[in-house]
Amino acid sequence: MITYEFLQAYWWCLIALLGGLLVFLLFVQGANSFIFSLAHNEAERELIVNSTGRKWEFTFTTLVTFGGAFFASFPLFYSTSFGGAYWVWMLILISFVLQAVSYEYQKKPGNLLGRDTFRTFLILNGVVGPLLLGMAVATFFTGSPFVIEKGAMDGTGLTPVISRWTGGWNGLEAVANPVNWLLGLAVVFLSRTNGVLYLLNNLSDAALRPRLQRALKVNAGLFLLFFLAFVGIILAADGFAVDESGVVYVEHAKILHNLLNLPVVTAVFVVGVVLVLLGIAYPLLKGKWRTGIWFSGIGTVLTVMALFMLLGFGGTSYYPSTADLQSSLTIQNSCSSEFTLRTMAWVSLFIPFVIAYIVYCWYAIDKKRIDKAELAETEHKY
Amino acid sequence: MLTSLYADQAALLDWSRAQFALTACYHWLFVPLTLGLAVVMGVMETLYVIKKDDFWKHTTQFWQKIFGINFAIGVATGIILEFEFGTNWSNYSWFVGDIFGAPLAIEGIVAFFMEATFIAVMFFGWNKVGKKFHLSATWLTGIGATLSAWWILVANSWMQHPVGMEFNPDTVRNEMMDFFGVAFQSVAVVKFFHSVLSGWMTGGFVTIGISCWYLLKKRENRFALASLRVGAAVAALGTIGVMLTGDASGLDAARLQPMKLAAAEGLEKGGEGAPFSIVPGIEVPKVLSILATHDPDGFVPGIEDIKNGYTLPDGTVVPSADEKIARGKTALSAFKTYRQAKADGDSLLAQTARATLNENLPYFGYGYLEKADDLVPPVPLVYWSFRVMVGFGGALTLILLLVVWFDYKKKISSMRWLQWLGLAAIPMVYLAGQAGWIVAEVGRQPWAIQDLLPVNAAISSLSTSAVITTCCIFLVLFTILLIVELRIMCKAVKKGPDFHNGTKNKKA
Repeated sequence: MITYEFLQAYWWCLIALLGGLLVFLLFVQGANSFIFSLAHNEAERELIVNSTGRKWEFTFTTLVTFGGAFFASFPLFYSTSFGGAYWVWMLILISFVLQAVSYEYQKKPGNLLGRDTFRTFLILNGVVGPLLLGMAVATFFTGSPFVIEKGAMDGTGLTPVISRWTGGWNGLEAVANPVNWLLGLAVVFLSRTNGVLYLLNNLSDAALRPRLQRALKVNAGLFLLFFLAFVGIILAADGFAVDESGVVYVEHAKILHNLLNLPVVTAVFVVGVVLVLLGIAYPLLKGKWRTGIWFSGIGTVLTVMALFMLLGFGGTSYYPSTADLQSSLTIQNSCSSEFTLRTMAWVSLFIPFVIAYIVYCWYAIDKKRIDKAELAETEHKY
Repeated sequence: MLTSLYADQAALLDWSRAQFALTACYHWLFVPLTLGLAVVMGVMETLYVIKKDDFWKHTTQFWQKIFGINFAIGVATGIILEFEFGTNWSNYSWFVGDIFGAPLAIEGIVAFFMEATFIAVMFFGWNKVGKKFHLSATWLTGIGATLSAWWILVANSWMQHPVGMEFNPDTVRNEMMDFFGVAFQSVAVVKFFHSVLSGWMTGGFVTIGISCWYLLKKRENRFALASLRVGAAVAALGTIGVMLTGDASGLDAARLQPMKLAAAEGLEKGGEGAPFSIVPGIEVPKVLSILATHDPDGFVPGIEDIKNGYTLPDGTVVPSADEKIARGKTALSAFKTYRQAKADGDSLLAQTARATLNENLPYFGYGYLEKADDLVPPVPLVYWSFRVMVGFGGALTLILLLVVWFDYKKKISSMRWLQWLGLAAIPMVYLAGQAGWIVAEVGRQPWAIQDLLPVNAAISSLSTSAVITTCCIFLVLFTILLIVELRIMCKAVKKGPDFHNGTKNKKA
């Protein structure tokens, strides 16, 4: 039977999947952050820019779809978080705005700001985008200061606004919590790691390869450091549990309990982490440098999915409020109506079809790896 | 103290609206060209595949370059709009998110991925995929863009005419009851064709204008004439469609948003056989009634009528603004009583409160307004925008007829005045499009959702300074990017099409 509860869980899994795909696709941002540091001359910079330039729209579109799907399935999250943590989301968006024009405009005559300005925008987006997205997701674990008062809609107060952020920092307060920084930095270095793995796979350039492999060691090491620190802290920390009647309470080591109580999620998490580690290790072996991105890409998707599921399932609040515990969001109290979730579940059947044509077209474009000779004759070069 | 708090709320509302208007206007500078050029490119590449003439391939590639320059900034300005409903209109997002979120999600899943995937094949696939696959990719890019327009215009139409939902006082939101009613209501169909075909006009007239520039410069004669013909065909289809759907939009507005129509006409006092105002002081008798009702003696209410209440010819009494506001306040107070009674476990009181609420529900949104004047949008802006839209629309039709006629007579290459006119069509088509959206969006003020939620109850609870800051950031950022885009576009046009890259096309 497809019940309301099933639909809530189904949509949470889809949000988790989109979140996982988004973090994986941040390899575009990660690779861009190397434009000046890893490439030693213009020809090499062109290789990196053109390699990510054929994929950036997928990351961008996944971000937009992640927002749209969250809106449709969990509108109370959309209204509370976006309208409250205003600055975090605005800065993320502005960095993506800058990115969207930078590919096309960087080398075009008449671009006013000059090539390197646009490349600096790409690097800015390459670092700030993953950092702030990571920090925003970290607040799903650590909480945010907001109050939800649906009665405000009766119009007797000063404003009829239901969701209110307290403290006046509108999202910037997330910066004050070091735990948020841990996940933010973990996502930055994961993006850079995946970026290197992607370039190893997508480029065919003997000069860049050893530098990419060196960068892999450093960035993978830093990723593991920040990621393990974050996971360690949230497993041991107080979490936000919900009882049968929807009352939220603080439970010590809630996320650890979820990990122990939800074997399927635990399995997804472990498989994901192992695949990421394999993806990192593979290219360091002789003659295997190309395959890493597939392992770490799938691993990234699975790991992020598992993190979202640890937040959404097992009687947990996925978006806790530190200002008013009972305002915390759960997948039950923040979701759309059963009718809307059911209708959208039908729409979600398009997803495999969409993935199929993406894979097909991606394959058609990527049949040949990018090298300097190909860039010299391509019709549309950035 | 309280006065200053209210003043701050008013400032927050103004800045939130300013930011949304700014980002939407900028976005609509780029979207119509994407929609129109997609068809222009599609037709040209189809000709290439049929005729197997490299001339058409290079012609297609030139317009694809223009498309790409425009597309990048269209994407950049679009992402803000998707999230602005949450960041700046959070109360709206909860109150109707159950309905409004769906089209946005569908837009992402069904349309944006199609656009993003096939645009990559279109730009990077010339040497990598077969001709027919490439042609399909070009068309699918345009179809993706058009599908995304469908869903966002479904969302917009729903704000102008909310249907297929029910208010749930327990969850304090409207919940969707009829998906197909939302997705395919007639207002959405009309709005889709009106907006998308105005995009075809934009793509068509920009193609005509740029081609005319080459003719003026006596450059690329064959390319310019060939492009001009394709542009004229697309512009012609667009223009005819925009006129037909414009007529239908007028009927919709008269039926569903009479205040918008009254404001667009500056009609203070209406009645039967209402005149159409060309400019203030010059009126054509009965024409407004014909436009609004397709009957020379049809009844059209004016602004004062809507404020004071009126009776339709069929006897239906439309209450005055004051009465609507009073009933809205009754609905809100019943809503409050209902929630209190529910919390106290008083099911009898909850039941009667719910009945009162349901009785006054059509006026729910009026409860957030204070006086009759709150219902009147800024009349001069709407009035003049409507004239700009219709005036330039008429001028464009004339230019198109001249272009088609003299092209048919094979005289256009030597007619400099007509070439200048063709070039002048570019700013005209943009002004008409922007003005059209001002009529649609300013004309429906104060409503975020017609009769259901005014803008002052739709906003996020933010500090005014935060919204002022982001609004200024977007103003500066988008303006710089627009200047950059226009310069790049002009340079690309000056450089012209490249008919000598034959060697480049061969696979190494």
